[in-house]
Amino acid sequence: MDKKIALSMRGVTKRFGNVVANHHVDLDVYQGEILAVLGENGCGKTTLMNMLAGIYFPDEGKIYKDGEEVVIRSPQDAFNLKIGMIHQHFKLVDRFTAAENIVLGTHEKEQYNLKTVNNRVSGIAEKYGFNIDPQKKIYDMSVSEKQTVEILKVLYRGADILILDEPTAVLTPQEIGRLFKVLKSMKEDGKSIIIITHKLNEVLEVSDRVAILRKGEHIATVDTCEATEASLTEMMVGKKVSLNIDRTEPVNPETRLDIRKLNCVNAEGLPVVKDVSFTVNSGEILGIAGIAGSGQRELLEAIAGMQPINSGEIVFINPKKGRPVTFYHKTLKKVKQMAAQNAFHGWNGKPVSFQGLSNGVIRRLVGSGEVLFNEDEIIDLRGRTPLEIRELGIRLSFVPEDRLGMGLVGSMGITDNMMLRSYRKGHVGFVDRKQPRKLAEEIIQELEVNTPGVNTPVRRLSGGNVQKVLLGREIAFAPKVLMAAYPVRGLDINSSYTIYNLLNKQKQNGVAVIFVGEDLDVLLALCDRILVINSGAVTGIVDARTATKEEIGLMMTRTSTVGEEDA
Amino acid sequence: MAEHKNIVHEPPFHLAKRASIVWWKAWLIRIAAVALGLVVCGLVAYLFSDRLRNGKKTLEDFYYCFIKGSFGTERKLWKFLKNMAVLQCISLAITPAFRMRFWNTGAEGQTLMGVWGAIAVAFYLGGKIPNWLLLTLMFVAALICGAVWSVIPAIFKAKWDTNETLFTLMMNYVATYVVSYFLVVWVPSGSSSLGKLKFGKLPSFGHDYLLIILIVLALTVLLYIYLRYSKQGYEISVVGESVRTAQYSGMNVKKVVIRTMIVSGLLCGLAGYLIGAGLDQSITTESVGGQGFTAIMVSWLAKFNPLVMLLTSGLVSLLNQGAAQISQDFNVSGAFPDVIVGIILFFIIGSEFFINYQIILTRKGHAGREAVK
Repeated sequence: MDKKIALSMRGVTKRFGNVVANHHVDLDVYQGEILAVLGENGCGKTTLMNMLAGIYFPDEGKIYKDGEEVVIRSPQDAFNLKIGMIHQHFKLVDRFTAAENIVLGTHEKEQYNLKTVNNRVSGIAEKYGFNIDPQKKIYDMSVSEKQTVEILKVLYRGADILILDEPTAVLTPQEIGRLFKVLKSMKEDGKSIIIITHKLNEVLEVSDRVAILRKGEHIATVDTCEATEASLTEMMVGKKVSLNIDRTEPVNPETRLDIRKLNCVNAEGLPVVKDVSFTVNSGEILGIAGIAGSGQRELLEAIAGMQPINSGEIVFINPKKGRPVTFYHKTLKKVKQMAAQNAFHGWNGKPVSFQGLSNGVIRRLVGSGEVLFNEDEIIDLRGRTPLEIRELGIRLSFVPEDRLGMGLVGSMGITDNMMLRSYRKGHVGFVDRKQPRKLAEEIIQELEVNTPGVNTPVRRLSGGNVQKVLLGREIAFAPKVLMAAYPVRGLDINSSYTIYNLLNKQKQNGVAVIFVGEDLDVLLALCDRILVINSGAVTGIVDARTATKEEIGLMMTRTSTVGEEDA
Repeated sequence: MAEHKNIVHEPPFHLAKRASIVWWKAWLIRIAAVALGLVVCGLVAYLFSDRLRNGKKTLEDFYYCFIKGSFGTERKLWKFLKNMAVLQCISLAITPAFRMRFWNTGAEGQTLMGVWGAIAVAFYLGGKIPNWLLLTLMFVAALICGAVWSVIPAIFKAKWDTNETLFTLMMNYVATYVVSYFLVVWVPSGSSSLGKLKFGKLPSFGHDYLLIILIVLALTVLLYIYLRYSKQGYEISVVGESVRTAQYSGMNVKKVVIRTMIVSGLLCGLAGYLIGAGLDQSITTESVGGQGFTAIMVSWLAKFNPLVMLLTSGLVSLLNQGAAQISQDFNVSGAFPDVIVGIILFFIIGSEFFINYQIILTRKGHAGREAVK
């Protein structure tokens, strides 16, 4: 290649405690190219780039800019070297306009003049094909507009090396297309662009070369035109993996959850779930797609009893038809009441009425399992707390988005985390750790959780292992409905596929699965139906076997009322 | 590209968080911190004490005081054990709340109200009813007073999410003034303090302080079991770690907060009872003497583990008594003990930083850097 090297790293190493995030990484970036830095979650991509941006300081190694050795100790140093990074989490002042955010902290000698700034910003935007109004306030912007501001901020400071950390994670397919166009026009202008990603199709689409990192080490840099999805995956994971999700046809789907006209508001009183109606069926995976913060979390929490409901219904249909009545979740009084309403029949199919029988006989009859339900039980979940839902005998499992802040207790071991669901069992005031310990050991073995022991705080486990513990516990509860919010976020490829397989197995066992995801390719491959949500409202429910990514992408932004998404 | 010459140099060292640390290394750091603290104390003492400077006393005498103060005579040993027991009791009392991340800074007032409850019963009913009944009523009154003082901020926290730190702190002042008020009512004019009451003294066997020490020891074990093995103890830990997780698992967070603060207040009341009925038979606004605040540190240093707390409350009591001995032997101001205890605790707390982080030096001319302890 006869292009000039803009930036190179030699032997760069960074450690966090005993963890080696980057080990002797050598990397070159040419002028006027798009370099993709590819690797699994936790392989050290972001750490490596943060050292170029002045966020971290390398433990070892050297960095050269235009052939000259440089030391980057702060973001200011990076700016002086014309290196700019666009982080995954935007760093903008909500109440300022785009232009105000862009000049913030530039230390310009000339007098601060918003008009010239606006003109300059518009000039840059025009040059590369951005679409932005410099006078728009950040809080009125969509995620993709905010990202544009971040990119302009870096360009305004004259950066000729741009680093973008997972820029497509929060965008719809259409927005991704626009972003790539802009990146290409910047490349033609001679800028070097580094994009951090773990999505193969994007790498192949936009980059000129790909640098692959694995477990902190630089495996190889290849020309994109010579790479394929399979070859890249193999380098990323270190072995061949099959990227197939085995989707089976749903077997006798029955409605488990029926949600009608559900409305919720958040703590500020703003509507977050708007007139949402859908059903969830047994033996099927219902995907929920949408831009992050479109009400997915509130919707699931409303079903789980953690989010107050303003109006609407959440009905759980407990499959009881033809199954024996037990006293497990019902009192004798309740059973007698239901019998009087002709709710039960016997083995012979004749109605059962307990008229004239003593309590003792009724107990014996029910206890022998000869009294059966006529119909499924229909339970309204509206306004019930998580504890009430459980006490009603509803087996509803929930894998929340915030694993360590909600699903698990980070400082406790696996055993104690198993107890979150079961610690109330028994009438004595003391907890029983024997059963949870057994369950913990089973989960460790069956799901291949990598942990030093059952009492190691789960916070110390890797993301994939944490998720296995959480999902394992929720599955062990033998749910009828399983809700999982972003269950593979931050997980490596192998762990992700383990999770997909687990969800698929639950579906085959007749569980009604709700899967909130962000990767549309995965949603399309895994789910049976996909519900698309936008700003808290359902914009469509599609068949995952026939829908396309573009179609869903359009629905994610259709009738977009701007400013309600949360970056 | 501009002729920009980057002139920043590498920093001489940087900090890195430790993933984990072996237990003996952690203890080595702590012991080193105490030793360093003692050295600084010696320097400070040298500045303040004439006797040390003009050679009448040596530094050896100075350090020996820490042992002499607590173990010099049998009387001093018992006093040490008693002080430690009271401090331990109050530290135990705040521990359930702290494990729940409810920052109860009101142990001082809760304990004082416990003393007040016990003494009020003794003052009004002493001599009128049998002694066992009097002691029982004093016990009940002390516990109720302590619990009332702690449950008020808890209710406000649960209902309106008020700041518990400020609220419990303010309750201390209210308690002090309640006691001042009753002292005016109880004490005949002319006298400045309430004399020792004739009735309502805890029976003693073996030694005056033995019963109290045994009660606190038993309480330590009981609280350890409660926090570690009971369902309520489990709930406390979960709420402390994450309120969202607690809600998710179906716990009634408000109930847990209020219940735990009642437990905390009851234990403070018990400490007040031990002070009032077991030791003083009297009350002043200084009956608790700031131990409600010292207890926060004792509990924290023990990482809220009741058994380890025996160690930390012992250490603080030892320092206190040693420092008091120093101010006596070296003719320095009565505030000097506080200075010494402060310095050493500062070093102990500071050592936690070096347990959590390591310093990595940048070696000039080397590609590699070496980690230092």
